[in-house]
Amino acid sequence: MAAPLTVVLIVAVTVRACLFRSSLADLIAERVEVVSPLNAWKRVVEGLALLDLGVSPYSGDVFHETPLIIYLFHFLVDYAEITFMVSSLSSHIVLYCLLLSLIVTSCCLFVDRYLLNPFTVLSCVAKSTCGLNNAIVALFILSTIKKNALLSAIFLALSTYQSIYPVTLCAPAVLYLLQRQYIPVNVRWASFWWFLLQYAFMYLGSLFVIICLSFFLLGSWDYLPSVYGFILSVPDLTPNIGLFWYFFAEMFEHFRLFFLCVFQINVFFYTIPLSIKLKEHPVFLIFMQLAVISIFKSYPTVGDIALYMSFLPVWSHLHRFLRNIFLVSCVLLACSALFPVLWHLWIYSGSANSNFYYAITLLFNVAQILLVSDYFYAFLRREHHLTYGLYLKRKDGSEATLVLK
Amino acid sequence: MAEQRFRVYVCVRVGACVCMCLGLCVWVMCGCGRAHPKDDFQEELVIRPLQSGDVYASFQFRTLWETDFMKGNKVSHYRLFPKSLGQVISKFSVRELHISFTQGYWRTMQWGQPFMPSPPVTDHRFLRYATLPREIVCTENLTPWKKLLPCGSKAGLAVLMKSEKLFHSSFHSQAVHIRPVCQDSECTTTSWELRQTLNVVFDLHTSGQGKREWSLFKMFSRTLTEACPLASSSKIYIDITDNPQGEQFELTPATHLLSQAVVLGDRRTFSVYDLTEANTFGSMRSLNLLIRWKSSEGDMLRPLLHAERYVAGYGLQTGEIHTLMYNYHPFRSFPILLLDSVPWYLRLYIHTLTVTSKGKDNKPSYIHYQPSKDRVRPHLLEMLVQLPPNSVTEVTVQFERALLKWTEYTPDPNHGFYVGSSVISALVPSMVAMDTNNTKERPLFSSFFPCKEESSYFVRIYTEPLLVNLPTPDFSMPYNVICLTCTVVAVGYGSLYNLLTRSFQIEEPNPRLAKRIANVIRRLRGVPPLA
Repeated sequence: MAAPLTVVLIVAVTVRACLFRSSLADLIAERVEVVSPLNAWKRVVEGLALLDLGVSPYSGDVFHETPLIIYLFHFLVDYAEITFMVSSLSSHIVLYCLLLSLIVTSCCLFVDRYLLNPFTVLSCVAKSTCGLNNAIVALFILSTIKKNALLSAIFLALSTYQSIYPVTLCAPAVLYLLQRQYIPVNVRWASFWWFLLQYAFMYLGSLFVIICLSFFLLGSWDYLPSVYGFILSVPDLTPNIGLFWYFFAEMFEHFRLFFLCVFQINVFFYTIPLSIKLKEHPVFLIFMQLAVISIFKSYPTVGDIALYMSFLPVWSHLHRFLRNIFLVSCVLLACSALFPVLWHLWIYSGSANSNFYYAITLLFNVAQILLVSDYFYAFLRREHHLTYGLYLKRKDGSEATLVLK
Repeated sequence: MAEQRFRVYVCVRVGACVCMCLGLCVWVMCGCGRAHPKDDFQEELVIRPLQSGDVYASFQFRTLWETDFMKGNKVSHYRLFPKSLGQVISKFSVRELHISFTQGYWRTMQWGQPFMPSPPVTDHRFLRYATLPREIVCTENLTPWKKLLPCGSKAGLAVLMKSEKLFHSSFHSQAVHIRPVCQDSECTTTSWELRQTLNVVFDLHTSGQGKREWSLFKMFSRTLTEACPLASSSKIYIDITDNPQGEQFELTPATHLLSQAVVLGDRRTFSVYDLTEANTFGSMRSLNLLIRWKSSEGDMLRPLLHAERYVAGYGLQTGEIHTLMYNYHPFRSFPILLLDSVPWYLRLYIHTLTVTSKGKDNKPSYIHYQPSKDRVRPHLLEMLVQLPPNSVTEVTVQFERALLKWTEYTPDPNHGFYVGSSVISALVPSMVAMDTNNTKERPLFSSFFPCKEESSYFVRIYTEPLLVNLPTPDFSMPYNVICLTCTVVAVGYGSLYNLLTRSFQIEEPNPRLAKRIANVIRRLRGVPPLA
């Protein structure tokens, strides 16, 4: 039975408040799995301190947040804990409304996965700005589902402005809105192009406005290389749960640019094939895109994982077609437990080296890829059964097995 | 632990183009033919026995040359001034140059303040400051340094500088300082001054074999036979301030020449040996000064300003740099300027900067901070802090250690990375008033920075360099890492590719191998296949 929303909110607030007041808050804020150079709270405070000293925060290489974050926290720096708690709760409420409108069956168990997910709790207690990014993405999805194209474009622009990767969510948003307006996705239809143009105009217009606003905030374009150049060129090799850091720490200089391009294209590359395959199912496409971004982005953290994992209850009806769920959940749990252990062994004890931590990173990412591809397989299989029936028979009448060919 | 550092200060001003009229040109050319500018060379050696039984020897060689490298007329005739340095100065329009090579750490609390000359403050826009903490100083550095002297290492005080004894010491530092000085008080003409200094501290136990008896032969394995013929003055000063009646140590051969000078706010008395006088060398034609200790009492004047620096914290992720500054003056407080240049791979967090004196917060009156850019420039922190009397001021700042690319690590990466010393400059209030008249007669070491202000003297002290460990990747693994990571990306690509390009079909069962071969043969024969 689904717990009432208010109970979940109260429990979540209590857990977070207790952790904020304990000594674990400082410990969690330093963990590399939870914060990255892009969204650490320590760096936000450092940027504000540099601004107080009269130095541009972007003149050094320690601050990589957007100017709107500076503007926001200039007023809210003393209420940081409340800000992050509120953003966490609002993401949850948004996702709750979202999932209620999306869930196919009436069996809506554990709709509250976002707030009580330990990854989200860690991310909130560490005051990582990933929580704010997640809230914006959640608002974008909600406004798309509620068929509000303008708000959807604005939130998507804001989300792209924060970290470049959500630009791939344009495709599912457009597909969903077209579907709801009964415009077929066909290049020969004028209304298709007309709607596409409208959405692109709204999206690019809001993005342009936000970028110009950021320019006027600090009076210079310094933030463009500091934020977007940093995300794309990955100069900081601080260990995290992603694949980039060790790869580029050990890369031969000659091939660095090539592999950088390969890895960055890898994130954007699945948009078009997935959109073509899933053009009838834009909501699943959003989930797939979010998952691909969270796994293959340059500085992932557990907060990004929490976002796409909160969507899993929507496809609880796919459970009968999932093949590897037990293996995947065991590996994810084991890796989450091993990350801090091997980090301690490498950095503090000195009895392990970086390879141990790197191995767990690899395993964690393989598990995530398996999870996502498993859900995709289950989705496609269910679609096939919806078309051809659940119990299939071969020509001779015996029970058939389905394979991908 | 031996620390080595190599420090350079260069001040460059872009040379201005000077137009000359024809008459002036002719006058200058005629003038050049008649007499070349005057140059003057002086050498001196100061020996100060230290309270701990060690002995501190400081050589200073000064060449003063009335010429101007900046005016545009090429200087071609070099006499006492080394040509290699003159060409560098004129080519790059260098205004001031200070290079020093140091090995070892100066223990201020045991040895007192060094005579290290401190360069005066210049126009900050043209000041370039560099430090190389990991470089090793060896004979290869000493030999060209000796070659810059007019007499080389053949005559004068430079014969004492033999590398096997010099490098077997607790501390040695050789330096070159070039700057323009005013000829008179109105500064109508300037001449170029080149000072070469060599400071060395010999340890009681390593070089002295435990006996509190020092002689020129024991320190340098040489004795002096003559002064440099090109020197206008060649003197040896022995610091006898702590020995007014000869009760602490005995000095042979005895000398009646005495000199007094105020050095670093302290009035010191020196016995002087003039090497230009023939009777200094005695009947043996060689001078071997001998200092024999009789008693080991007496205390040393504690320096008023002392600084230390260390890294705190554990693990390879974060750390803290602590700089401690001690002000031992009983009632006066004075401001100090702290300059810190921290490499980029230690990411400083300036919001964690705290300055405390006597347990209370001490806000600096001026902070200039330039954050680092990865792989381009280091952090630069400059602060003006007021040190309260008789107190310890602690400056702490937290940092995070970066993981570098595998090619950016030095050989033996687990040795650690050096962080250059921080520089503390201060005007320390003096206990003794300084006599600013009669600058010509004073020893060289006290005339480097003629202080007009009678109640304070300028001092620049350097803290020890730090050694910090960074997390390292596994250097044997580049190929493996590339393969494994690309495999994971390929797993993702492969799964998604399969799901995107293939569709579900009902599987037709595969007949057994024997049946399949039979079917193939049947097809060849033209016979219908089996079921």
